[in-house]
Amino acid sequence: MEEHKDRASSSISIALIGSGGAGVMTAGSMLLEAAGRAGLFGIMTRSAGPQIRGGEAAAMLRLATFPVESHDNEFDILLAIDWLNADRFRAEIPLGTQSLIIGETDAEPPQAFTDSGARTLELPLKQIARETDGGRENMVVLGVVCSLIGLPLEPLHQVLESLLKRKGQAAIDSSVACVDSGAAHTGKHQGSYQLSLSSEKQCDLWNISGNEAAGLGAIRGGVRFVAAYPITPATELLEWMAPALEQVGGILVQAEDELASVNQLIGASFGGTPSLTATSGPGLALMTESIGLAVASETPIVVVDVMRGGPSTGIPTKSEQSDLNIAIYGLHGDAPHLVLAPMSVADCLFTTQWAIHLAEKLQTAAIVLSDQNLGQTRAIIERPADVAFVSGRSIQETPMEGYQRYAVGGNGVSPMALPGTAGCQYTADGLEHAPSGIPSSRAEDHRQQLDKRRDKLVNHDYGDHWALIEGEGEFAVITWGSSLAPVREARAMLLSDGIDIRIIAPRLLLPVQPERMQQALAGVTGALVVEQSHGAQFFHYLQAFYPQKFEFMSMAQPGPLPIRPEQVVADIKTRGKY
Amino acid sequence: MDQTSTSTAALKPKDYKSDTKPVWCPGCGDFSVLSAFTKAMAAMQLDPERVVVISGIGCSSRIPAYLNVYGFHAVHGRALPVGIGLKITRPDLTVMVAGGDGDGFSIGGNHFMQACRRNVDMTYVVMDNQVYGMTKGQASPTTEPDWERGKLTPHGTRINPFYPLVIALASGANFIARASSNDPNGAARVITEAVQHPGFSFVQILSPCITFRPEQRDWKKIVHPAPVVATADPAVAARRLMTDDNFFIGTLFKGERVPFTPEFEPRAESAHELETAFRMSA
Repeated sequence: MEEHKDRASSSISIALIGSGGAGVMTAGSMLLEAAGRAGLFGIMTRSAGPQIRGGEAAAMLRLATFPVESHDNEFDILLAIDWLNADRFRAEIPLGTQSLIIGETDAEPPQAFTDSGARTLELPLKQIARETDGGRENMVVLGVVCSLIGLPLEPLHQVLESLLKRKGQAAIDSSVACVDSGAAHTGKHQGSYQLSLSSEKQCDLWNISGNEAAGLGAIRGGVRFVAAYPITPATELLEWMAPALEQVGGILVQAEDELASVNQLIGASFGGTPSLTATSGPGLALMTESIGLAVASETPIVVVDVMRGGPSTGIPTKSEQSDLNIAIYGLHGDAPHLVLAPMSVADCLFTTQWAIHLAEKLQTAAIVLSDQNLGQTRAIIERPADVAFVSGRSIQETPMEGYQRYAVGGNGVSPMALPGTAGCQYTADGLEHAPSGIPSSRAEDHRQQLDKRRDKLVNHDYGDHWALIEGEGEFAVITWGSSLAPVREARAMLLSDGIDIRIIAPRLLLPVQPERMQQALAGVTGALVVEQSHGAQFFHYLQAFYPQKFEFMSMAQPGPLPIRPEQVVADIKTRGKY
Repeated sequence: MDQTSTSTAALKPKDYKSDTKPVWCPGCGDFSVLSAFTKAMAAMQLDPERVVVISGIGCSSRIPAYLNVYGFHAVHGRALPVGIGLKITRPDLTVMVAGGDGDGFSIGGNHFMQACRRNVDMTYVVMDNQVYGMTKGQASPTTEPDWERGKLTPHGTRINPFYPLVIALASGANFIARASSNDPNGAARVITEAVQHPGFSFVQILSPCITFRPEQRDWKKIVHPAPVVATADPAVAARRLMTDDNFFIGTLFKGERVPFTPEFEPRAESAHELETAFRMSA
């Protein structure tokens, strides 16, 4: 396949697998960091069995000379320290005839992998490791990979030195020896998956996960209070924020459950502190009643939902875009709120920061739909640009005769008095209320406050950030969140065939933007909706809120399998009649 | 007081009252509790704008709107977390949480225990009438097991009542007292003491619902002052609770546990320093 070779020079995909304590995640992280230091871009995703410690694990990397956000159609190199339960990753690690399977001497790779027609190579990994005092196979593996892809060993040595410093010089020396030794054992395969390294060093690259990016976005946006309950796969976001908040004079409180965490946010925000929590589907379900309270009492809060497979406990460690419905429709009553979705690791920063700005400015609740795929992917990216979005809440700072917290009129946003402001005392309420805040069940008050809470969101100008729009074609692909990355790759593949498609990926899912969508769809005659959910939730959302003269077509695939670019290409060629 | 009030004249109980008319039934004990709140605030000369009263859902949870302080009428059972989030980020405020036995001990039961454990400097007042009044007469966690007039439990609840003082002590509350709405002045003194004591203070106020539990009119004859002074020793307090008949009035426990007071001083300037951890050193 000519195309494969071309692509291989600029992008290489590597899967490292092993069981219980083999250290493939460590090796993967080190490889990613070393590639970044060599000026490459890349991503690493992780997949593991349900075991707390041990069990089969896979580090899946893609290293490239250009920014990458998703995995390729196939993996070039599959390297196993052992094959125990490795076949469980078969669907997540597609191989082709050009792929290379590497394993321990005399250990037969599972047929599930060899059926692909990939070539195989046996290496005495254990023996090479044993030749070094304290040597470990995962370090040997690192050397092997570097040799295959032509990555200089120097940046890897630096990574080992900085990451193993705590373990002492002996640990560094033995790891370096193993790496070098592994690199020397590839024989004729050396450089067979050569990545074209640029002599130009990228000057400002970051190594960051989506969860960390969201945390940083939160702090940049002004969040100083977080209350949370640990949940996979959102926990790392919270674990990053706990010490980070202390550095900026904020605090993270571990609450007794999600009911408590969301209500602590409401209390802190009522006092004037921008507040956020992170959770996953089950936690979001618990929080929904009080998210409605934030909406009704007009108290800004932000909830980041790092989605995982559902329903119920579902698949905690793996990704799915199936919380769209609960985020959009999950609140009882008519409760206008914000729903936003980041579409890349880097965008987790921007979108979270924007969500805080919007929630604060519009005095409402914002739900940010990230997912396991974005949150737990570690990526080498260009430094995200600084954006000016910070909390900008409208505050009643001075005493005011006849102050009305929920005054109607204007753009619907009424200045909020914070406790401590004399003469403006009021009671915030989840009961329907008059403009003063006093509970009211009168039809006029209800109508007026419903209008107020809707209009302030609908009338706000969200600007071009509402969506990412690319391409000019008459056939559109509408997608969202982490599904955007494979769709963009698919577009690049189609472009090389002379086909241009139009991509529309809304970052702002609620309130809907009918006029902007209409503009984005001008001239489009057919559209495919790509999403990672079994129930085609995004497809139904588009049909409900953005009806068109043409019919939307649906490509909905449940998690945890990522959507692959070639799948999208095939679907577009069929459905788009190319 | 370093906080300047809008008026230099001493504040009276009525200055803490709002113009909103309570929804409560005539004869409800909560009127006296409202009065005890305003008396306590006047006794402490609190600046109304620096007090926040937070509640959940239920008859008694309507209290914030009847006060001329800041208030938050939150959802059922979750008033304590709202109070905790506020007090941690605004330690300058006097934070009080108020509500009923259903709100605090049933739907909010876990938050009650965790709030006792966390020991944030705030006061929690539960107006206990052993019935759900707002939904018109169902058994609550503190209802006797053989009360047969609960509309969802016609044969009685047949389950053990919740014992708030024991739970509060076992969970780590730093101040535990019981008062009666039949003695608003006494209740005001207990609330004052509770607010002034550091850490999480819990006050159960027996507050009859004569609409759904008319027999509670007799509470005024049954309540009696505890014959002993408050102890700082949890073991002594626990022994006293063994012989509690649920109608002792007074302060049981004044602990010496250190309140949860995390440092909170938001700074914006160092946010960009956090980036350095992500930067590749090429």
